[in-house]
Amino acid sequence: MNEPVKSLSHRLEAALLDALLAAYVAFALFCLTLGFKTVDSVGGLTLQSRPVLLAAVVGAVFVGRLLLNLFVWQTDRPLTEPFARLFTSEPLSRRDLFVLGAVALLSALASLVSPAARLVAGGVFAFLIVGAIRRAILHFFPNLPYARIFTVGGIAFAVLFPITSYLLEKAFHLGLPVRYLLDLSIVVLTYMMLGSGLNIVVGLAGLLDLGYVAFYAVGAYSFAILAMDFGWSFWMCLPFAGLLAALWGCTVGLPVLRLRGDYLAIVTLAFAEIVRIVLLNWTNVTNGPNGISGIPKPTFFGLPFGASGETFSAFFGLRYDPLHAIIFLYYVIFLLVIITNLVTLRLRRLPIGRAWEAMREDEIACRSLGINTTITKLTAFATGAMFGGFAGAFFATRQGFISPESFTFMESATILAIVVLGGLGSQLGVALAAIVMIGGFEALRHTQGLKVIFGPDFDPALYRMLLFGIAMVVIMVWRPRGIISSRTPSIVLERQRGSPRFLAKERRA
Amino acid sequence: MAYFLQQLVNGIALGSIYGLIAIGYTMVYGIIGMINFAHGDIFMVGAFIALIAFLLIMSLGLTLVPLALVLVLIVAMLLTAMWGWTVERIAYRPLRESFRLAPLITAIGMSIILQNFIQVAQGARVKPLQPVVTGGYQIFNAGGFAVNLSNIQILIVLTTVVLMGVFSLIITRTALGRAQRACEQDRMMAALSGVNVDRTISLTFVMGAALAAVAGLLYLLYYGVIDFFIGFVAGIKAFTAAVLGGIGSLPGAMLGGLIIGLIETFWSAYFTIEYKDVAAFSMLAVVLIFFPSGLLGRPEVEKV
Repeated sequence: MNEPVKSLSHRLEAALLDALLAAYVAFALFCLTLGFKTVDSVGGLTLQSRPVLLAAVVGAVFVGRLLLNLFVWQTDRPLTEPFARLFTSEPLSRRDLFVLGAVALLSALASLVSPAARLVAGGVFAFLIVGAIRRAILHFFPNLPYARIFTVGGIAFAVLFPITSYLLEKAFHLGLPVRYLLDLSIVVLTYMMLGSGLNIVVGLAGLLDLGYVAFYAVGAYSFAILAMDFGWSFWMCLPFAGLLAALWGCTVGLPVLRLRGDYLAIVTLAFAEIVRIVLLNWTNVTNGPNGISGIPKPTFFGLPFGASGETFSAFFGLRYDPLHAIIFLYYVIFLLVIITNLVTLRLRRLPIGRAWEAMREDEIACRSLGINTTITKLTAFATGAMFGGFAGAFFATRQGFISPESFTFMESATILAIVVLGGLGSQLGVALAAIVMIGGFEALRHTQGLKVIFGPDFDPALYRMLLFGIAMVVIMVWRPRGIISSRTPSIVLERQRGSPRFLAKERRA
Repeated sequence: MAYFLQQLVNGIALGSIYGLIAIGYTMVYGIIGMINFAHGDIFMVGAFIALIAFLLIMSLGLTLVPLALVLVLIVAMLLTAMWGWTVERIAYRPLRESFRLAPLITAIGMSIILQNFIQVAQGARVKPLQPVVTGGYQIFNAGGFAVNLSNIQILIVLTTVVLMGVFSLIITRTALGRAQRACEQDRMMAALSGVNVDRTISLTFVMGAALAAVAGLLYLLYYGVIDFFIGFVAGIKAFTAAVLGGIGSLPGAMLGGLIIGLIETFWSAYFTIEYKDVAAFSMLAVVLIFFPSGLLGRPEVEKV
């Protein structure tokens, strides 16, 4: 791609040829898989051809590749440059301003014509505005600790959000969907917790764990069984759920941690599947595919949430409201997320955390310095598993019902996608990725523009995992350190020979 | 005894399919030292391409089954090879010099993409196909229990043996095979002596995917039902087979495939069918603990 720039006709020819080749590949890939749909009918399967869809996809590949070739790849002044430069602190040239202005104007005009383009225009404007605000802030206050401000602000918002929205709703009846927002936030926080736990294993210790959902399942089932069969309360079970998950982590990890990282990945995948199959078939303990229902909710220092009896609302003299229980659950998972991240933060400063990060960078060097890599890996694995177990216990108590259905590979993949997108090892990144990926998808479901483009039956939820997969590949190829790639290294040389970002980059091939 | 023989026959047929998939894992691992997690899903895509190609050819009016199957085989191998090539080009080649975890993550991403692409494009329901290759022979009859060798089982074993032969010849006798073995030993040195490393790696993926397509077609004919999720479990089992046989070794992959197929069949026949996957997956852990270099593999030495 780095050939010297040739004359216009040469460039056009090369670009056309390349785009044709890409279209040809796309046609070969999609002619059967997308061009035909298998439909159940009376006499067995029949085929339904979809030539329009096929032509649209192949055409999109051709046009996209052609435009990329002409304006981005085969030119020394790519059209994407102004957009990238907007997010740096370099001064914008006149051409940059012209390009950005033209794009803004074009998308504004297009949104006047078709409602579908409004969606794209909205994205473009959001991008430009965020970039402009970022530049303005950096221009006037260049040396503020932004990561810290962001973290503190986020935590403050998370603490205040349920109470304020609840009180506002009660006082003014604004019609806020408080219940919905809280439920969604709880789901986001659960994924944040899972992402933080997996981040210890994948991001810090560099061990690819594809079966994280197993620990989630162990935590959920140990809580459910302890609570149902032994009558223990949530707060008594929570440590046990974490402990059992950690124990399971050790059992899985011990045999394979001596081996190369790739083996660990596939063994964890296999073990997670074993856990799911056992849960599905060990009927007299787990109730098989029917799952366990009626799992008790956590109590507020022994006070249950309910309408009658010695309940939370009765004790504090409040009128009973089902939202109290949900707000309480929100704070429980919020607390768990905070604890997970505080523990991670402290662990990173301890010798063990340093050893994790060193091991991720170079295992052989680590071993030659006298670090027992098996023990180091095992601690990372067990710590991650423990947090997964906590999250599982919380999941069980919140749902009140668990079944093996909730613990499939797709769940592991979602959690891994959150960690990868947030940036391996970046705690703030994982939190943001959980919000964007779980909350963002929920928002997409309510976006009208998509329905205009793809028809009224369009359900983005169907495409969720597909987009997660694409995002994982794109992020790894384009920015291997995640969207937020300015992860501060734990240790920096006193006299820096490069920028911290350079030091944080991994050099190992 | 008759029951045992029948299970043996079934196990060998199933094992051949696993062996064909395992070759893809083992070749890629041999040449670039990474597990291609998306390979199981390439197998699944291959099965879908075969299904659609078969239905298409049938609807075009070709009713001669053997000819149709040969056509389907060629189409499926070509188109699935294209998928293998594309996956390598998009997800692995740009990351060849990146850090160790990066290609593993893109491989998982690709696996998710393929699964969900097929789910979105073809629907999540299982796809049944009426039996195409029917009939068979009764080879043994003991006390009313007949041991059957069906035509499809013969077809599976024959196809596998032929393909194994062809691919062994390619690896040992052709310039491409020599280039592959050279890249396996030392990629830098191979490049210096004029081997086009990128092309060789691409062709390895293409070959692996083509074999996976054959496995997909055979799976479709054998079981008569596929869905978008078959690649996941079959992929882990084939990988287990590759590890068991010694990863990087072609005959090892075949041998491992046969052993895994037999273990699974006998486990379902004599113990519990619910836990057959558990048996195969536990095998993976057992092999990795006790003999990580596999039956026919060489122990791995990590160079600094």
